[in-house]
Amino acid sequence: MKKLTLETLIAVFEEIFGRGLFWAMAAAAALVTVGYLFVLVRDRNISWRKFLLAQLSMPFGAVAAVWFVMVMTNSKLANIGGPIDVIVLMMVAVGGAVGGAILVYTLESLFARSARGSE
Amino acid sequence: MTKLNATRRQFFGLAAAGAAAATLSATKEAEAQVATSAKIVIIGAGAGGTALANRLVRRLDGAKITLIDPRVQHLYQPGLSLVAAGLKPADYVVSKTTDWLPDGVTLIAEKAAAIDPEAKTVATDGGETVPYDFLVVAPGLILDHDAIEGFSLDMVGKNGIGALYAGPEYAARTWQAAGEFIETGGMGLFTRPATEMKCAGAPLKHTFLIDDLAKRAGNGSKIDMHYAAPQGSLFGVPIVAEKVRMLFGDRGVTPHMKHTLKSIDAEKRRATFADADGIDLEMDYDYIHIIPPQRAPEVIRQSGLSWANKWEDQGWVECDKFTLRHLRYDTIWALGDVAGVPKGKTAASVKWQVPVVEDGLVAAIEGRESTDFYDGYTSCPMITRVGRAMLVEFDYNNNLVPSFPGIIAPLEELWISWLMKEVALKATYNAMLRGKA
Repeated sequence: MKKLTLETLIAVFEEIFGRGLFWAMAAAAALVTVGYLFVLVRDRNISWRKFLLAQLSMPFGAVAAVWFVMVMTNSKLANIGGPIDVIVLMMVAVGGAVGGAILVYTLESLFARSARGSE
Repeated sequence: MTKLNATRRQFFGLAAAGAAAATLSATKEAEAQVATSAKIVIIGAGAGGTALANRLVRRLDGAKITLIDPRVQHLYQPGLSLVAAGLKPADYVVSKTTDWLPDGVTLIAEKAAAIDPEAKTVATDGGETVPYDFLVVAPGLILDHDAIEGFSLDMVGKNGIGALYAGPEYAARTWQAAGEFIETGGMGLFTRPATEMKCAGAPLKHTFLIDDLAKRAGNGSKIDMHYAAPQGSLFGVPIVAEKVRMLFGDRGVTPHMKHTLKSIDAEKRRATFADADGIDLEMDYDYIHIIPPQRAPEVIRQSGLSWANKWEDQGWVECDKFTLRHLRYDTIWALGDVAGVPKGKTAASVKWQVPVVEDGLVAAIEGRESTDFYDGYTSCPMITRVGRAMLVEFDYNNNLVPSFPGIIAPLEELWISWLMKEVALKATYNAMLRGKA
């Protein structure tokens, strides 16, 4: 590859997931991120209690992300052939874990506010 | 209430800052355009012609660019291997030629019938004569199926015959025949031609994929895999040939070198090869994959653009292997499969050749020497099983030239290389067509 531009990268992801699914996922990710930033700015601190539950969701996020990538690319775990493959796989898993945690934290903060009063 | 407002303001402020940062990073530097009234004709609107047209439109101001190509469909040819292994549907490789062409160019949907390099005109089979100042020949190549005696394209998909190069429909039919072989087993015979060919890795990929799919289906014990080729080694690049030899050993594929396919008997499922001494050898098969000899289109050979002393039976354009400029006519360039250079009949090569031809042309218009040159770069994501590939990249000197040295090993079967072939390659190809990669 001669150069990797943002445009190429977006085209690559559209190709992987299909245009509709990719932009739906990108929108969902953006929404969750914006929601996360919103609750951070609003609450002005991190609720470690909520964060604990978010952390517990991380392994599920990791497994879900790996499963999703494998299904989407006609691959299986046995195809992992070298160090770079392990790194890519770990990046996918970490991405899924962090994404899952942010999602759970944001949902808790947005929709479980009534419980906050008793804290 | 005040507090809430402040929070909102902070929040939107943050969002706006993010958006501004994104816009800034997306801003691109505009390239300075060269003003010209040159008439540029491109024969062929395939990968090379289309990518070049898109780049020239951006680079030149006022040029009259005409493409001559009768093909309505644009084919993403690197995908044919995946179609022929049942991994992608036939329409995965098909789009429309006009989908990729920029505004401001003219497409003549006719075949180039004659080129007159002295008068600088191209005649079409519709009777039109198009004058040019600069000509780029990028018509692709011809698959000479008739050269295999006893074979015709209507046989593909039946009686254990596959031929994936012939197009998406034939690649899908190849999968019908190969899919049957995977179930019933028997002797699988995979061939390649004696001529120069598109993507010399594809015959190997098909072999590896069908072998892997049969083993996955639990029929590994039922298949007997053979690879027959006219060449003396399994791949043009020695270090890669050795690796393929080891992989064939590991998978149980028997190589037969110096075997040139001459004819088939479809009823008896028997193939006849000529060996190094021209003596006939017969091999029975249950599934055969045929790749026919490949040559330059007739119009190139009849217009006197071909090499006189090289590839006499194939007719590739006589051009400098570094600049791709014709050696006898300095207003003509060759691009893609038709170029008479030692390597590079792949889409990856086209990606590297297009900027070289573009700069050569613009330099000629500006009256300067171009410093850009093509070093023979070719890339082959060599699939070795479903889910794994080797990202093999090399140049004219048979040197490996990995894009990601130390990260993606070229001779290692990796999942990431498979990901590149399966998911990233078409997107990169599409970006190339639009002149953006």
